Amino acid sequence: MKLTVNNSDHEIDADPRTPLLYVLRDDLKLNAAKFGCGLGQCGACTVLVDGEPVFACVTPIVLVAGKTVTTLEGLGTAQEPAPIQRAFIEHQAAQCGYCIPGIMMRAHALLQKNPGAGASEIRAALEPHLCRCGTHMRILRAIHRAQEAMTATSAKVGK
Amino acid sequence: MAALVCLLLAIGASVFTIAAWQPAIAPVSPPPAGSFDPDLVRRGAELAAIGNCAACHTAKGGGEFAGGRAVPTPFGTIYSTNITPDVATGIGNWSEAAFARAMRSGVRRDGAYLYPAFPYDHFTLVSDDDDEALYVFLMTRMPVHAAARHDRLPFPLDIRLLMFGWNLLFLHAGPYRPDAAHDAMWNRGAYLVEGFGHCGACHTPRNAAGAEVAAQTFGGGAVQGWTAYALDDDSPAPVPWNAEALAHYLGQGFDTDHGAAAGPMAEVTNDLRSASAQDLRAIAAYVAEQMNHVAAESDRIMQVAERQRRRGNAGRPASADGQAVALRPIDVKNDQGAVIYAGACSGCHEGPRALPFGGVNLALSTAISAPSANNLVNVVISGLPAVDAAHAPIMPGFADAMNDEQIVALARYLRARYSDRGPWTGIAKTISDARNLQRKPIMSSQDDEAHRQQQ
Amino acid sequence: MSRDPIVVSRRAALCGLGALIFSYSSSDRLLAQDAAPLQAGLPRSPTPPLPGSLQRAPLLDSWLRVDADGTITAFTGKAELGQGIKTALTQVAAEQLDVAFDRIRLQTADTALTPNEGYTAGSHSLQDSGTALMNAAAQVRQLLVAEAALRAEVPAEQMKTDDGFVIGPDGRRFGYGELVSGQMLHVQAAPQSPLADPSRYAVMDRNIPRVDIPAKLTGGAAFVHDLRPPGMLHARVIRPPSYGARLISVDDQGAQRMPGVIKVVRDGGFLAVVAEREFQAIEAMRVLAAATRWQETAKLPDERELSAYLSSQSSEDIVVLDRPRSAPAGIRSLSAVYSRPYLAHGSIGPSCAVAHFEGDALTVWTHTQGVYPDRDAIAEMLQMPNQKVRCIHSEGAGCYGHNGADDAAADAALIARAVPGRPVRVQWTREQEHAWEPYGPAMLVKIAAALDDTGGIADWEYGVWSNTHSTRPGSAGSLLAARCLAQSFPEPPPKPIPMPEGGGDRNSIPIYRLPGARAVYHFLPTMPVRVSALRSLGAHMNVFAIECFMDELAAAAQADPVEFRLKHLDDMRAREVVATAASRFGWQARPHASEPRRGQGFAFARYKNLAAFCAVACEVDVDFDTGRVQMRRAVAAVDAGQVVNPDGIANQIEGAILQSMSWTLFERVSFDERRITSIDWASYPILRFSAVPETMEVQIVNRPGMPFLGAGEAAQGPAAAALANAIADATGKRFRDLPITKERVKAALAN
Repeated sequence: MKLTVNNSDHEIDADPRTPLLYVLRDDLKLNAAKFGCGLGQCGACTVLVDGEPVFACVTPIVLVAGKTVTTLEGLGTAQEPAPIQRAFIEHQAAQCGYCIPGIMMRAHALLQKNPGAGASEIRAALEPHLCRCGTHMRILRAIHRAQEAMTATSAKVGK
Repeated sequence: MAALVCLLLAIGASVFTIAAWQPAIAPVSPPPAGSFDPDLVRRGAELAAIGNCAACHTAKGGGEFAGGRAVPTPFGTIYSTNITPDVATGIGNWSEAAFARAMRSGVRRDGAYLYPAFPYDHFTLVSDDDDEALYVFLMTRMPVHAAARHDRLPFPLDIRLLMFGWNLLFLHAGPYRPDAAHDAMWNRGAYLVEGFGHCGACHTPRNAAGAEVAAQTFGGGAVQGWTAYALDDDSPAPVPWNAEALAHYLGQGFDTDHGAAAGPMAEVTNDLRSASAQDLRAIAAYVAEQMNHVAAESDRIMQVAERQRRRGNAGRPASADGQAVALRPIDVKNDQGAVIYAGACSGCHEGPRALPFGGVNLALSTAISAPSANNLVNVVISGLPAVDAAHAPIMPGFADAMNDEQIVALARYLRARYSDRGPWTGIAKTISDARNLQRKPIMSSQDDEAHRQQQ
Repeated sequence: MSRDPIVVSRRAALCGLGALIFSYSSSDRLLAQDAAPLQAGLPRSPTPPLPGSLQRAPLLDSWLRVDADGTITAFTGKAELGQGIKTALTQVAAEQLDVAFDRIRLQTADTALTPNEGYTAGSHSLQDSGTALMNAAAQVRQLLVAEAALRAEVPAEQMKTDDGFVIGPDGRRFGYGELVSGQMLHVQAAPQSPLADPSRYAVMDRNIPRVDIPAKLTGGAAFVHDLRPPGMLHARVIRPPSYGARLISVDDQGAQRMPGVIKVVRDGGFLAVVAEREFQAIEAMRVLAAATRWQETAKLPDERELSAYLSSQSSEDIVVLDRPRSAPAGIRSLSAVYSRPYLAHGSIGPSCAVAHFEGDALTVWTHTQGVYPDRDAIAEMLQMPNQKVRCIHSEGAGCYGHNGADDAAADAALIARAVPGRPVRVQWTREQEHAWEPYGPAMLVKIAAALDDTGGIADWEYGVWSNTHSTRPGSAGSLLAARCLAQSFPEPPPKPIPMPEGGGDRNSIPIYRLPGARAVYHFLPTMPVRVSALRSLGAHMNVFAIECFMDELAAAAQADPVEFRLKHLDDMRAREVVATAASRFGWQARPHASEPRRGQGFAFARYKNLAAFCAVACEVDVDFDTGRVQMRRAVAAVDAGQVVNPDGIANQIEGAILQSMSWTLFERVSFDERRITSIDWASYPILRFSAVPETMEVQIVNRPGMPFLGAGEAAQGPAAAALANAIADATGKRFRDLPITKERVKAALAN
């Protein structure tokens, strides 16, 4: 089965029922999306499919053949972080860090679709995500920072 | 001739207007919250729970009972009113008489008619004492300043006076009169269901004028994109309902043989948590009787439930002390729906977690046996999202993980595997309609902004 | 460590150093105060105690290594739990060694490489490991200076250091790497060190960005879950449906035949399946679970009557405080009873471990808080010598105490033994983590106090009921797997943790000045439900109870809650933290009953009466119709002694406040008469973004030069009490039983 992940095509030999999360982690060795519950309750596995956030733990790969999958690794690297990554690192928006990639993916998708999202919209969008360490304040600050950076960039590009 | 017609129309209109006119009831100063009998307030709270008032009268993000929620109708969108005791924008200066008139006859304090989106055609059955209790309960809520939103109804439907005609045809004024042919518990159930519960408002089909079709009471209806199943003997539930199961479902939001409430019904059962156990039993007994299942049938119910449960566990090897049920073989590789189900659904829906938190055994699901794929599609698309720290089932929505074709495949598979009724038709349209409803939320942020500027 | 410890003769070390180690004369270097108190229970050496964990590992090269090329490695027996300790400890070492932060690589807990510092727990990391590293690094720096001085033939006082070089008065530079040789650092540490001057810190007391964050936010391999050694297999454990269930029969034919399945492992009641691919292991687990029969025997108490249950159990009574009354009897008495249910750690990432059996040696990668104790327990379970088992700490999700990590390591070890030669990865499921982790114990507190005619507290009577707060390894019997093997290990009898740290009695002694006071810890040995250490242990409950009760006393004395506390608080640092939080919050100016349903609350404690000081003030809105509590803002002040990483402290306190809010408003482990029923996030809901306040501020009161005080657990108790006090302020009702759910608030307000 052919999967397109982070702009590369991969030929995956796995049972089509396999949840995307395990293919990403075990076959493609991508670390960001995490196993938190396998039940769609915590958001730690969130990746984008055709730009929309989904829970990779309950998305069998048969569903994503022919679609584009984006993980955090596809947004940027430690050397060249995406605005959302840069903002989170800048604000040290992590304690254990386990839940953060899922949250970043959802935030990134939200800001792409709705760059002017208000504070309450951002909070509402993050309701599917759990953070047990209590990093919520920093997460919200970092997303706000990313929003500023992404708006400034698009303003520059617009000119 | 034309002049005569005009004259007759004018006379008719005048007669109509004169007959329809309702006086305003004088405003009163809001009684202090502490002046009410606490027992009466408690009783009012229970009744408000059964009436599910908070659901319609609270907008997302708005104050409790402060109105502003959009109620879509085939005629346009109506916004619920502010029933907090705020004087300027709520019912703070309504006397008890004004309140009772609204409930009994659908008329506002100022004499204007209310639209039957407010189901006064049911609330008319409520007794004077219970009207008083509800009044007292609402008067002790927190006043919230929130101006009414303008309804979006096309001319001439925005002429409230026309409701006089509607009432003439369709309002059978109460209060409820007990039926001597039945016992007290039955009458209590009937009173609550037909009155406060207003179950028929969703579960009965409506005519072109938007009124419930009396001959088809509990024959099923639709609300906000969801099917309200038939509660008569056309009930599509694979396991027949009995009073006990129904009482549990209404009070807890789930039943082990039927699954969990979703969509607008989840709002109803959330409120019913506060209803008294006695009232729930009465309601359940009355409704179960509509479905023509009585206690004597409980053995049959158990057998059916057991058979259905095993059907849902088909994927597991037979246990040492049970009996395997022969099944249609599932050709997993060639049936895309089966593959999707196995990867996306079976982990929860065939897992060991018990209801209400685990996924229901789909062989017990009414949605899969219903005439339309509507509710199943809604649940697949939106799931049961996590809200706050509620002690409630969480199901992921698959709107973005599955495209329409994939949902069709899944729906077909579930129908074939878990229901004895024939295949659905028109699933693709059901899905695109459901997605459209999701995409255009009734209150867009532009609505919000405009409304905020009004205040 | 394979080298024999050698105590180098002081003559050799002192030659050329002057009286270095014992010198007090350097004007620009401060001396260490005798640092953190020893951990209770450690044997005392006849010589003056060494600072921090140096007492357990006194050789300098246990802590630091300088390679010939100048690479510097620091070692700690502590683990990165997401609390930022890796960064903070590196800052400490870099500052004292006088090198740039980036020049040091920190090696965290590994039984083959690092000192044994027990558990990363109790907020001891900076106090014990930080203090050890601080002193070791300072002493290593001095040894390097001494060596350079020898070579330059110049007195040591004329040398200075700068970023890894020792520089002579003539400008001649000696790299650290070229100075070090042979056994130079293989020397015992001294009790005193020439430490860097806090007023000139370049690395400590700085917001150095955490070294572990970039990888975590860019998909780098950062967690034990990310390990993928070649040939790795995937395993899943099949756990029983309830405590103590006996495995009757397994029909593993179905699972054995499934694609990719390598082996079904069974040893007594321990059951697991190993497969090539992860999803194959998951499917095989499901099939195997359905084909397994257990005999269940557990009998759990009535979850709705926990307080009655706790007070009815037989207890070992420990008097922790007994101060006879010296003042006249009080004129106004109050009493109250407080309770909390069992609370779950609820780690976001269920426990995971990788184990590899090669030859006769086993390596386990685990996120246990204690690699040495876990190693010892695993070795005992497998009946192997300790030296043949190596436990390497690899990060997990936040653990907040003793969660499933140690047990997952044991599971992995057992399974690896069954498939020798191939690494095995065990991943617990969400349900397993929820059902099998050891919970924070349910607790009951009864307080009675009296006020005198000046409105001061005259008498105080305190009782707390609790199970043990630690069942950490320990012996093999502490491990779930070991208890159900064919040759099983018995669960060790629970023991209370002695004061001054304490377990259920942690923070049961109020910090306030009380003329007459008595406190008794009713230690309950019987544990129907699995329990162990949860962040702050008994302090959460004891501080909650004491600080709520202080508010009740203040109300009875008609005093302002903050003023009432200050009236009974003598410690200067405590007073400053209270005043700082109150001032930053605007406590004096807060509105009085002007906003209906809005309230403010305050609370304070010094963690363990030994560690960090923390005060929390918060404001809430309560919806009287639904009973829902919404925190609007919170302000905290914390004194953690010498600050290493201010942002790190702020991060921990913010997180603690939110986590404690979640415990306080929402959480309880639920069970029926046999099984745990809170087995996922729906049945054990925790805080989501909708409940998060608008703003939160953490004010740090820095104490340069003072000993480090652990801050990681300091806010759990104060946040809980501040919240309850704010709810009381908003509603006029006291809520003494946790969790303060919206159903309970609604019901109380309806009356």
